[in-house]
Amino acid sequence: MRKEFRQSIATALNNPNLTGALGRFSEAYRVSRAKAYEGIDFEAVRDQIAELKSYAASHLDLLADEFTRNAEARGAKVFRTNDPRKVKEYILNLAREKGVKSVVKSKSMASEEIHLNAYLEKAGIEVRETDLGEWIVQLAHQRPSHMVMPAIHLTKEEVTEIFNKGVEPGQQPEISRLVKFARAKLREKFLQADMGITGANMAIGETGSLVIITNEGNARLVTTLPKIHVAIVGIEKLVAKLEDIIPVLTALPRSATAQLLTSYVSIITGAVPNTDGTPKELHIILMDNRRTEMSRDPKFKQALQCIRCASCLNVCPVFRLVGGHVFGDVYTGGIGTILTAWFDELKKSDDIQSLCIQCGNCVSVCPSKINIPELILELRRRIVLEQGQPLAQRAAYRVVNNRRLFHSLLRTASLAQKPFAKGGLIRHLPMFLSDVTEFRSLPAIAEEPFRDRFKKIKQPKSQEKVAFYSGCLIDFAYPEIGEAVVRIFNKAGIEVIFPEGQTCCGGPARYSGAYEVAAQNACDNIAALLSQDVKYVVSACPTCTVALKKEFIATFESLGREEELPRARQLAAKTIDFSTAVKELVDKGRLTFKEGKDLGKITYHDSCHLKRTLNAHEEPRQLLKKAGCQLVEMYEADMCCGMGGAYSLKLPEISAPILERKLVNIKNTGATCVLMDCPGCLLQIRGGLDKSDIPIAAEHTAERLARELD
Amino acid sequence: MNPYFETFKMRAEAVGAEVHRFAAKPEALDFILHFLREQDIGGAPPSYAVWANRDFLNDAEKQSLSSRLQGLRFDVTRAVAAEAKVGISHMDWAIANTGTLVQDAAAVEQRLVSTLPVIHIAVLREHTIVADMPSVLRKIDPKRSGYLSMITGPSRTADIERVLTIGVHGPERVIIVVVDGIGGA
Repeated sequence: MRKEFRQSIATALNNPNLTGALGRFSEAYRVSRAKAYEGIDFEAVRDQIAELKSYAASHLDLLADEFTRNAEARGAKVFRTNDPRKVKEYILNLAREKGVKSVVKSKSMASEEIHLNAYLEKAGIEVRETDLGEWIVQLAHQRPSHMVMPAIHLTKEEVTEIFNKGVEPGQQPEISRLVKFARAKLREKFLQADMGITGANMAIGETGSLVIITNEGNARLVTTLPKIHVAIVGIEKLVAKLEDIIPVLTALPRSATAQLLTSYVSIITGAVPNTDGTPKELHIILMDNRRTEMSRDPKFKQALQCIRCASCLNVCPVFRLVGGHVFGDVYTGGIGTILTAWFDELKKSDDIQSLCIQCGNCVSVCPSKINIPELILELRRRIVLEQGQPLAQRAAYRVVNNRRLFHSLLRTASLAQKPFAKGGLIRHLPMFLSDVTEFRSLPAIAEEPFRDRFKKIKQPKSQEKVAFYSGCLIDFAYPEIGEAVVRIFNKAGIEVIFPEGQTCCGGPARYSGAYEVAAQNACDNIAALLSQDVKYVVSACPTCTVALKKEFIATFESLGREEELPRARQLAAKTIDFSTAVKELVDKGRLTFKEGKDLGKITYHDSCHLKRTLNAHEEPRQLLKKAGCQLVEMYEADMCCGMGGAYSLKLPEISAPILERKLVNIKNTGATCVLMDCPGCLLQIRGGLDKSDIPIAAEHTAERLARELD
Repeated sequence: MNPYFETFKMRAEAVGAEVHRFAAKPEALDFILHFLREQDIGGAPPSYAVWANRDFLNDAEKQSLSSRLQGLRFDVTRAVAAEAKVGISHMDWAIANTGTLVQDAAAVEQRLVSTLPVIHIAVLREHTIVADMPSVLRKIDPKRSGYLSMITGPSRTADIERVLTIGVHGPERVIIVVVDGIGGA
């Protein structure tokens, strides 16, 4: 990570206007978005969008040709190019030929992608953004910090200052007056302009139409008043049919601004008359800029489905802390990272992509069904391929890939930490490591790992067996969770086996883009876990469960290691998360809880992988309630706790404020204990509670259930 | 009675449009005249309204209206529309479940009077209100109308501190005049 990037994170985090505005917005967004979607089957709508956009992405040439034919038949000129430079030259040549002195623009990300304004201005042409937010940002010589709300990072006082300096002194920080001022000032520009430039939200193949949506009404003026209209359209905006605009117009306003429909939707087909009766000069530029190449990439093709609603920004726990000037470039947030890597260059996304904590919030709201975190991992993998792994990381992974060495190092560390550990937690580490513990205590490495303790557990013999996959955290930091799991299965008459050859799930390597290392971990684990015939492989760590169930397969697929897939799938089919497995046993009456217990108020934290990847959120709640707990839901129960595995070590400055929010939400429930299914979350939350001296216990669901079983 | 009217009215009002319904054209015209007088149209200059008539008014009706209210103009040009306080235009359809007006706006006059003035009066035939977007798209052929406009409430922004502010580049008031009765004038 570059030093300047790290510095920009610090600057953003220390800007209370920014974090305040984004934080409040993200909270309001969740509510207003849900309200806007009332009565709409979101899953059905996004299935339609994904399908029609995926069709378009597979038929870009066909649709571009059809669009061109139809638009030209109606009097438009269509120019298609892969080269951003040619887009700029085309517009400048046109402007020169027609004697254009001033241009008004409505919002166009495609024009920002190619830095059109600077290019035209350098040639002596006046260019005015007319979307209010874009205009403010233009006057401030900044770039938009959000794809839908370009100036969300600025306060009204700052906007006033920008107007005073850049337009006319004497403005007051009163929003309605600032808006009126903008209307008056930009109205002059609209009436004078010789050329209007827009983007388009969609371009319809079968009719040759552009679909442009705005709330302010500026696109209507830009396309009506100047005699020349230039539309810059990324070719991924093509759709096949008129009816295809229905699902997009259903989802885009709801996801972007929580509206049922934006104030204005314009469908422009060919040249219409100008205000003086002459026909409009309509130039449509179909810009490729690597989109076709992207459509041929089996992984990244899906990113072309994006409709630019920015909901992935609005629900992101990291974006709401740092904003789009840090998290993004021209395009911002999760999807922006991906688009930057393609439309700009892979290298440019290197720092930005590291901000993704892989919580998956964006996946559940994306109206185009793009798996953004997965694509970001794929970027990481390709960056590592291109640039190589940093030396320190490479050394670390060599260790992880050697199970015996890795485990013996952990054992040594358990001895070395002794002077710092107290009550199972480490509150302070010596100097050079202190950053890591500053915001939370760390668990001490267990004196005796689970793999040793397991051998001492006396289990009833049974024909019915499950294999337990502990994962590193339970093995070396929280062996008591492993013991609780064994106790619970034993109660149901099931014997637990612990295949010794199991090792790290490969998550840390995979999340760092080191897929070869992850693949080696996967091979070792598959060999160990399939060595004995069991019905289930149970894990009490959702991240490990996801690795066994999904990621081993995905890693092999990415690396083209087809031969490993059958066994990886065999393991995946057997793998089950702890709560789902136990819920099954309770439902069958094989486990019962002690009668009439009142365990008081507890709250439950949803781990990202359990809720969003494994889709288990009711199971642990029902189990805890059955055991006699009074469940009080916390605010944003399914928001990431900031752990994200190695993320909290790499970016503690972001991990800490995410945790801080989580702790406040836990405290506000009045519960005496917070439960969760993930040892990673437990490390983060228990450590945070301890460090902040908050007298609330944090436990793994297994620990609580083991105590309450009959 | 159009079964979609009530939903349309509720949705349109929810986004800040004003909806008025009249049994026949004369009542609608009286309302418009009364409203324009209230807005001081014809008062101290420049205070006028501009009407982009299509086939709603015949020549006699236009003359009669002009004689009843100075400041009401039917000569839509860019300059006139830019100075007008109120613009009046005609809608072809409306979408009930979003409160949206839909117009074939290929004729530039229809756009000038609905974008430039601060107040937009949209005249709509009651029977043209349909349930939803798919219903209206079945009636539309973009190849035959080069500029289709959908208008849902007044112009708005939330670009400064996310505070909803009405009236940016387009009208700050949208007044929808719904006229019953099927067929022509």
